[in-house]
Formats: sequence, structure tokens, C-alpha cells
Amino acid sequence: MTSFAVVAEGLRKRYGDADALDGFDLTVPEGTVYGLLGPNGAGKTTAVRILTTLLRPDEGRAVVAGFDVVTQPDRVRHAIGLAGQQPTVDEILTGRENLEMWGRLRHLGAAAARRRAGELLERFGLAEAAGKRVRHYSGGMRRRLDLAAAFVLAPRVLFLDEPTTGLDPRNRNEVWQTVRGLAEAGSTVLMTTQYLFEADRLAHRIAVVDAGRVIAEDTPERLKSAVGGDHVDLVLRHAADLAEAARVLAGAAGAEPVADHDTRRLTVPVRDRIGALTRIMRELQERGVEVEDVTLRRPTLDEVFLSITGANSTNGTNGVTAVTGEGTAA
Amino acid sequence: MTALPLTPALPRTRRERLRWTLADGWTIARSNLVHWTRNPAAVLNALLYPIVMVLLFGYVFGSAMNVAGGGDYREFLMPGMYAQSMTMGVMTTMIIIATGSARGVTDRFRSMPISQAAVVLGRSFADMVNSVLELAVLLACGLVVGWGWHRGAGAALAAVGLLLLLRFALIWVGIYVGLALTPESASAAWMPLLPITMLADTFVSPALMPGWMRVIAEWNPLSATVAACRELFGNPGWGGDSWAAQHALWLAIGWPALITLVFLPLSARRYRRLNR
Repeated sequence: MTSFAVVAEGLRKRYGDADALDGFDLTVPEGTVYGLLGPNGAGKTTAVRILTTLLRPDEGRAVVAGFDVVTQPDRVRHAIGLAGQQPTVDEILTGRENLEMWGRLRHLGAAAARRRAGELLERFGLAEAAGKRVRHYSGGMRRRLDLAAAFVLAPRVLFLDEPTTGLDPRNRNEVWQTVRGLAEAGSTVLMTTQYLFEADRLAHRIAVVDAGRVIAEDTPERLKSAVGGDHVDLVLRHAADLAEAARVLAGAAGAEPVADHDTRRLTVPVRDRIGALTRIMRELQERGVEVEDVTLRRPTLDEVFLSITGANSTNGTNGVTAVTGEGTAA
Repeated sequence: MTALPLTPALPRTRRERLRWTLADGWTIARSNLVHWTRNPAAVLNALLYPIVMVLLFGYVFGSAMNVAGGGDYREFLMPGMYAQSMTMGVMTTMIIIATGSARGVTDRFRSMPISQAAVVLGRSFADMVNSVLELAVLLACGLVVGWGWHRGAGAALAAVGLLLLLRFALIWVGIYVGLALTPESASAAWMPLLPITMLADTFVSPALMPGWMRVIAEWNPLSATVAACRELFGNPGWGGDSWAAQHALWLAIGWPALITLVFLPLSARRYRRLNR
């Protein structure tokens, strides 16, 4: 048995004049939660559609669970589960009926499908709503039911395309917990997301995707430290204090802060989160610099892109402009 | 990797594969049929609509109509109503197929080891069950307004068979077109569809239409089914001396066969090409 759940080499897919994928390479070790991180239009969904046999690549090859996606699509389909960007659950059926239907379509037989539906409802926290029609479910419940449907056969590789898009924080937490549980049960999970903090919470490894290819691949820890770790955001009461405060920040963080005069804001990456924050606040107080607001936050996707594409200028700035304005607050 | 709890083996033999296909088709058909039982408003709507049309055409317009060869207009009308309702049924297929694609249901099916034939089989079975019910209501409605069959139960059943054959052929048109449409545009398809069902011998004799329109109406596949049904039910027809009118019975079999022959492979191809 190979130790890789997914191997993709040089995948290419064109739509008209645009390359959705342009030499996409990926290696996902078995038993991991793997995050594909990138802005809208980076090619994440196209990659997932090729890996789940829904699309045929123009070039390149991909092996999922040991089977070629082009020449052995049925074997791949047998080994995977897919939960797309929108839940495909049937609103008119109840949660239990949905899962029984998917169970029968997975050829469990009526009795086993019923039993499996019961187990999944229990495990995904839907037991109480089992008899209710899905149209009365909340967004989070639908997602969880959709995940359960993808999990009927405990797939070896589970593909989740933006599993939390459009969910409120509470529902998002529920889905995160569910995904963790699935990984603990032994599935490899490949998920796409636009949010660094989501990939950070869930994934063992992250591939950063931009313009149809993987531009960086590492653990969340190392990716974040490449950006300089977490950031301190500071808003001053008086713009006149900006220069002095910037000196304090530079001294405490060991990095040059970015200043914005109009909003009286200073931003600096910090490695020692609490230590640096405490030192900054103390020194500012000693110097009589008034602070209006302070936050300690994770780097945004924009900052990750800036740092990667900044170090690797051949990839241009497309990805950066594409992600600005996407509120990715942690 | 922990042991996975359930992994039924993929079918190896042709027989196993056929068994899977039939079982999957039934599963999909059943969930489609459950939709009907859960949505009484939609069912009532679907069944009331043809009744309203019968009343509208039978009594409002019908009072001003004369059947060319003499005879009761409502006897003339009903086979047209049956065929129109079978034709409009293609809307159901189209909307469900378009909605399935838009909502990712089609993709989920395609990401599973299910034969696409099963998906289509389930879809067409459910559509046919719906159509049989709809036709049954319409036939009952016809009996109430004074329509009847006069050439025995065998001929009447043959006519019903021809109507369902037309509906069956149109399933493939519905799938082919539905795969290319958004749900919104699929719902708007009644606009081109309605005139097509009227540009036939459904409500009036093509003999009364201007020349070019008359040719279209005579060769409309719907006209063949309607004329053949009138003949088999023993209802008054408009006669007609064109080749198409003289050979209605054969055309009522030939047209649906041709439509199926063209659109079944086309829709299968469009399904396969979804991976492009």
C-alpha cells in the first residue's frame, strides 16, 4: 500500500483562454488532514473536481487511493467521499431518509443502510433531528448531514470543498469538530478553504494555491512563521505619536511595523505573542502614548500571499489583488 | 489506517452490474416519488391545471367551435388535451434535471460508483409514474364532460399507450435540454413549448390554418399522436387528406421512436461530457 492518499502530477485544465490549473502538483500523505488554501478562482475547486473524477484533466495524471482518476474512475469513486460547496441533501426527505438513500446507493442493503444511517445521525449530532425534514434544518445541520452522506462508507479519502463557506461561527465550529472526528476515524481529508485560520485549525499540512498551481506547501506552523507569525494591530489616539510608537513596536517585535497615517494604525508581526504584546503596552504607557484599540491576530491570507509571492516574484500579484477585500479576520 | 467498517465490493460480472443499476434506479425513483407524496400542494396544482384547461377549452372556447366533420367538440378536444399534457410533462423532467445539476446533486451521483444509467432510469420511471397519474385524472375528467371511447377497451388502451410513448420519448429531450439549462430558464421553457402544442391538431383542425402553418401543424409529432388517439378512441377527427394525416397511426409510433433514437444517445453523450 502506498503511503500517499493523493498524488497529482502536472495537472492542467483549460477553460477557453484561461488556465484553471497550470501544472498543479500535490502529494497528500495518508491519514492527514490536508488544506488547499487559496483565493476564489485559484483553481482549488477545479483540482478537487479532477481528483474526484468529475473532470478530466487536459494534461497530467492523478492517483487517488492508489487508483488513476482517468483510467480507473469507478475504483476511485468507490474509495472516496465528496462534500461540495453546497449541501446536496434532499430537503423534502428527512435526515434519516437522506442517509438511508445514500446508504442504499452505496449498496449496503436495506437493513445495513438503516443501521448505518442511525450510527451516522448519532455521530454527527443529528439524532434528535433524524425524523425532521431537512428543509427545517439550520445551515450547520445541513452541512453535517452532507458530510455524513459523504461518510456513509467511511471513505479512504474525503474531499471537502469549502465546507464552512456561508456558515455562522457556531455552525462553523460544529463542522470543524466533525471534520476532526472524521480524520481521527482514519480517513484522509483533503479540504479547500479561503481562510488561513481555518486551515490552521484543521490541517496538518497546507498547500497554498494561486493561479492554478501550488506556490507553497508546508505545515501551518512553518507557513505562519514564514509570514512572521501572529500580528499586533494597534490604533493610536493621536497621529502625532505614530513615529514614537513605531520605534517601540520595532524594538519589541524585532521587525519593522507597517504604519497607516489615515487610520492611525500600526501593524507588526510578533513571534512571542503575549510577551511582545505586554512589552509594547507597558512601554507605550510609560511614554504616555494613548492607545485606542489593540488586537492580536493571525496573519490574513493576504499577508501569506504577500510574503510568498513577494519572495517568489514570478508568480505576480494576481493572487494578492484577488484576496484583498475578503474579510479574513480570525 | 484503521479498518473501514463497510466496503461492499464493486460488481464484477455483467449480471451484478445490471442488478446494481436496477437497484440504484429504483432507489432514485422512490425518493423522487416520495417528493410527490410530501408535496400535496404541487400535486394538486399539477392535477388541477389540466382540469382548468379542459373547462376553459371545452366550454369557453368550445362553445364557438364547430368540428369539421360534425360531432361534439369536447369529444374532439379531449385527445388533444391528453397529448398536450403529456408534452408539457417534459417541463417536469427538464426542471428536475436542471435543478439537480445546479445544486450539485448530479455531481454527487457522478462522484459515486453508480452507473449513470441508473440515475436516468430512476428519473424516467418516476416521470412515467407521474404521467400515468396525470393521464388517469384527465381521462376521468374527460368522462365527466362527455368524452368517451367507442371502439372497445383494447383500442382505448392502445391509445393510452401511444400517449405514454410520446411522454417517454420526450424524457430524453428533457434530459438533453435540462442538462444545458439553469433551473430558471428551464422553468421558462413553457413559453416556446405551449405554442408548439397548439400548432397542431390539438384544438382546431389544421385545415383552418394558413398554408405554411398548416404544413407545420400536420407534421407536428403531436398531431400524429392526437389523430391516432382520436381514431383509436373513436372520437371525431378532422380527417385531412395529407400523407401525414392519412398515416397518423404509424407516425404516432414513428415520431416518438425517432425522437428517442436521436435524443437518447445525445443525452447520454451530454452526461459523459460533463467531465470536460
